[in-house]
Amino acid sequence: MSIFEYNGSAVVAMVGKNCFAIASDRRLGVQLQTVATDFQRAFKIHDKLYIGLSGLATDAQTLYQRLVFRHKLYQLREERDMKPQTFASLVSALLYEKRFGPYFCQPVIAGLGDNDEPFICTMDCLGAKELAKDFVVSGTASESLYGACESMYKPGMEPEELFETISQALLASVDRDCLSGWGGYVLLVTPTEVQERVLKGRMD
Amino acid sequence: MAGAMDLPAKGGFSFDLCRRNAMLAEKGLKMPGFRKTGTTIVGLVFQDGVVLGADTRATEGPIVADKNCEKIHYMAPNIYCCGAGTAADTEAVTDMVSSQLQLHRYATGRESRVVTALTLLKSHLFSYQGHVSAALVLGGVDVTGPHLHTVYPHGSTDTLPFATMGSGSLAAMSVFESKYKEGLTREEGIQLVSDAICAGIFNDLGSGSNVDVCVITKGKTEYLRNHQLPNPRTYASSKGYSFTKGQTEVLSTKITQLKPKVEIAEGDAMEE
Repeated sequence: MSIFEYNGSAVVAMVGKNCFAIASDRRLGVQLQTVATDFQRAFKIHDKLYIGLSGLATDAQTLYQRLVFRHKLYQLREERDMKPQTFASLVSALLYEKRFGPYFCQPVIAGLGDNDEPFICTMDCLGAKELAKDFVVSGTASESLYGACESMYKPGMEPEELFETISQALLASVDRDCLSGWGGYVLLVTPTEVQERVLKGRMD
Repeated sequence: MAGAMDLPAKGGFSFDLCRRNAMLAEKGLKMPGFRKTGTTIVGLVFQDGVVLGADTRATEGPIVADKNCEKIHYMAPNIYCCGAGTAADTEAVTDMVSSQLQLHRYATGRESRVVTALTLLKSHLFSYQGHVSAALVLGGVDVTGPHLHTVYPHGSTDTLPFATMGSGSLAAMSVFESKYKEGLTREEGIQLVSDAICAGIFNDLGSGSNVDVCVITKGKTEYLRNHQLPNPRTYASSKGYSFTKGQTEVLSTKITQLKPKVEIAEGDAMEE
């Protein structure tokens, strides 16, 4: 079994009209046994920047703690929040530093940049950035997520429609993956508010 | 052993997770596959300069991770570099050498030379003995004229009038070998490069999507992103999926209003 399949995960982010949504599953497993059904994979860096970390759960938590530390230092020095593009470069550098002994995580970064322009990107575990204008996926369910998002995504969706689309794409994909699922957690961010929702999904 | 102060590192690689990863590998957990760029990258020298070309597909195993990635990296205003191999390695090594070239330009006050970029790349790659898996096609025009080089992951280089690298290199080289001649014009050069990349896109499974071209001449560089789009997506349904509001079952909702950030304007100095 691959190291990425040890805990199981599914993370997806999508861009809408002046908003973005980031969603993850909630299962934490130890190979085929489920250990928790409320595991958090999408974390807040600041009000308009979120990061979802799929892959090995321990590395996801360690990496998140390191990133929050670096961002807090940045806030103290620069007296402002980090832009999403800058944060993506920071994550990429942190991952590439461990090129020959990597963190087993695939981050998904989503944020609102200048003029509340949505920004999403993903990376492999070495920090190779992939910017996208529509959606990014990562985790054990990534192949199903690619298919679901490719068919369900439409450009320029309003927040309500974006929420429905990302939820349906996530639930459809994790149903085809044994290692992820057990509900969903969706964060929808617009320039004025943040909506967090817990989805009801199949618990198998 | 403290390691408690996670000070920002001074640069270079850090090996502190290697022992843990080796232990995991011994326990039977397989190492992950990294994102590779599959790829067809080419370059050729024409009468006024250099033309570089690349496809735009990034793969993760058999899956296409990015349908439109950029493989032609900026090194200097007059030097560009196409990268094949592990995507993180090509991006990191080209960014690093690009920064070193900029510092060198500040120190010398002159335009960068292609051989400078070449030497910086080959010495870095050689010192990591091929473990930094970046195969590059480096091209540019400097005071000494147009130059085209290939750099292999172990640090060897070749200087050539036309070159191809990546999994689609054989398909592209066949096009070059039949049609290349010295003294090509700009249009002929761009056409030949596009044909070679298309050969890679259509015949190699690791390459696909669109053609990026970069034309470098003395004093001018043109980056033609998505010069050709031979693979449009034609099968999408015009209606698409539409989900009505409330179709997804939600267990709980929490809405937080974002407070607008207070702008601190610089006050004027008090008048005395």
